[in-house]
Amino acid sequence: MLDDFLVRALIGGLLVAVLAAPLGCVVVWRRLAYFGDTLSHAALLGIAVGTLLSISLPLAILLVCVAVALILFALRKHGDLASDAILGLLAHGSLALGLVAIALAGQRIDLNGLLFGDIFAISRSDLFIMGGGAIIILLTLGSIWNDLLAATVSPEIAAAEDARPQRAEMIFLLLLALTVAVAIKVVGVLLITAMLIIPAITARRFAGGPETMAVLAIVAGGGAICLGLYGSFVFDTPAGPSIVVGACALFLLARIIPYGGRRPNS
Amino acid sequence: MLDLPQHSPRRSAVGREPRALARMRRAGLYANGRWLVRGIDLAIAPGEIVTLVGPNGSGKSTTVKLLLGLERPSEGQVARARDLRVGYVPQRLAIDSNLPLKVARFMRLTRALSHSDMVAALDETGVAHLTEAPMRALSGGEMQRVLIARALSLKPQLLVLDEPAQGVDMAGAIAIYDLIAAARQRLGCGVLLISHDLHLVMAQTDRVLCLNGHVCCEGTPEAVSEMPAYRTLFGGEAPSGLAVYRHQHDHRHLPDGRVLHSDGTVTQTCDTHECSHHHHDHDCAHHHADDQQAGKVR
Repeated sequence: MLDDFLVRALIGGLLVAVLAAPLGCVVVWRRLAYFGDTLSHAALLGIAVGTLLSISLPLAILLVCVAVALILFALRKHGDLASDAILGLLAHGSLALGLVAIALAGQRIDLNGLLFGDIFAISRSDLFIMGGGAIIILLTLGSIWNDLLAATVSPEIAAAEDARPQRAEMIFLLLLALTVAVAIKVVGVLLITAMLIIPAITARRFAGGPETMAVLAIVAGGGAICLGLYGSFVFDTPAGPSIVVGACALFLLARIIPYGGRRPNS
Repeated sequence: MLDLPQHSPRRSAVGREPRALARMRRAGLYANGRWLVRGIDLAIAPGEIVTLVGPNGSGKSTTVKLLLGLERPSEGQVARARDLRVGYVPQRLAIDSNLPLKVARFMRLTRALSHSDMVAALDETGVAHLTEAPMRALSGGEMQRVLIARALSLKPQLLVLDEPAQGVDMAGAIAIYDLIAAARQRLGCGVLLISHDLHLVMAQTDRVLCLNGHVCCEGTPEAVSEMPAYRTLFGGEAPSGLAVYRHQHDHRHLPDGRVLHSDGTVTQTCDTHECSHHHHDHDCAHHHADDQQAGKVR
């Protein structure tokens, strides 16, 4: 069954949807959308560095993402720049540096595939790596979920009552970097943030609690993958952007259909 | 539970008062080129209510952060009882509109809580009917009651409240202070209150610390309000009669608008029992005998 490239694409896409949805909910709650962009751009630089140095690409992506996150924290703590300015610097700086490094690496890197994803090229071994990554990410996320939610709702309460907010936030950023590494093949560097955010805000309207929202976001993300792959196959359009168009379509649909005749919960 | 950490090299310096839940000696915090607070001496024992007052920027929050161990002191010592259970009521709670959060889920924010315990905790602060309400739909007073219910549901040894009566009207403030007093009585917890309202300090406060980067003065509410340092710090703002608020506690208002009197009767209004100060309910049993009332408000 895994021999069919369409089946492999579907499984890979659904894995990314399952990962990106709960993380994306946290990104939305904590207003970290721009940070997601920064991480995915840093991932591009990671691929370039990994290729140039001939080390494992997921490892290189993770290292560069972590380095960028650490630089962000250091600048935010000791500098006089606002967070969005620092993120603008890091996001575009690492994107530009990545593009330059890829040019230096010559013909060995398929730039188009990196930017927009190459879901139909997912191999069997890619799937195993993605599946392993997904299990690690979901288990870790589950173990810090309550602390992370407490830190999101009130950093003060979390700190005073020993819910270790800083630990939860650092682990969350690592998980986000890992997810970016896993998702690049599916939607590409430029559209990863969309897979984090759009399913989450699609689910928002129907959710009465944070956990419900995360589960509904997985459904919305999975729907977007199916729609996008189908559209891409039928209309011969690029898969990554088609998936994001599918996510947007689901978001619009969720806004239009009547639901309980009332405004969103809470 | 009251042992101070044995492994602490500072034990000899802080361990002399065995009853203290948390204590700081000559503690100070230096950050961004200045001393935020310096030379703070503060200890809280179980069952004690301590209020920090001071103008904006006087270091009230910094002092609490030091005491709870959220900041490391640049000088001096801070120690807490081992595994101290803290219940924290923040000054405000801004929940992102994209985060769906009902009261029931918020109650379980930092600790698991059975449904019956949750309802009991909310009932105690009079908001059990809001269990399924979204947090963002709560009014200021309801929010305060939910925040306090959550903190109390942890059965804390130390209850810390940052301006719990802020944004609540006078009657609401009185009701909240009554809740805190009742919780202290029931749980025997230490209570640390932060207040920037210089005129109204909870009547049951055992000790007031006046902060302005350091401890200006300290003592019972009555004593502090008469101290020159307090009058200098809060000078023209604090007419002597209003510096400390005490109130008679003989009835409370139920969520449905009726009134529960301390003798157990329930009426539609509080008029019938007006000023029946012969009845003190148990929450006020520890009040000092002198009923001299400064700025009495019912």
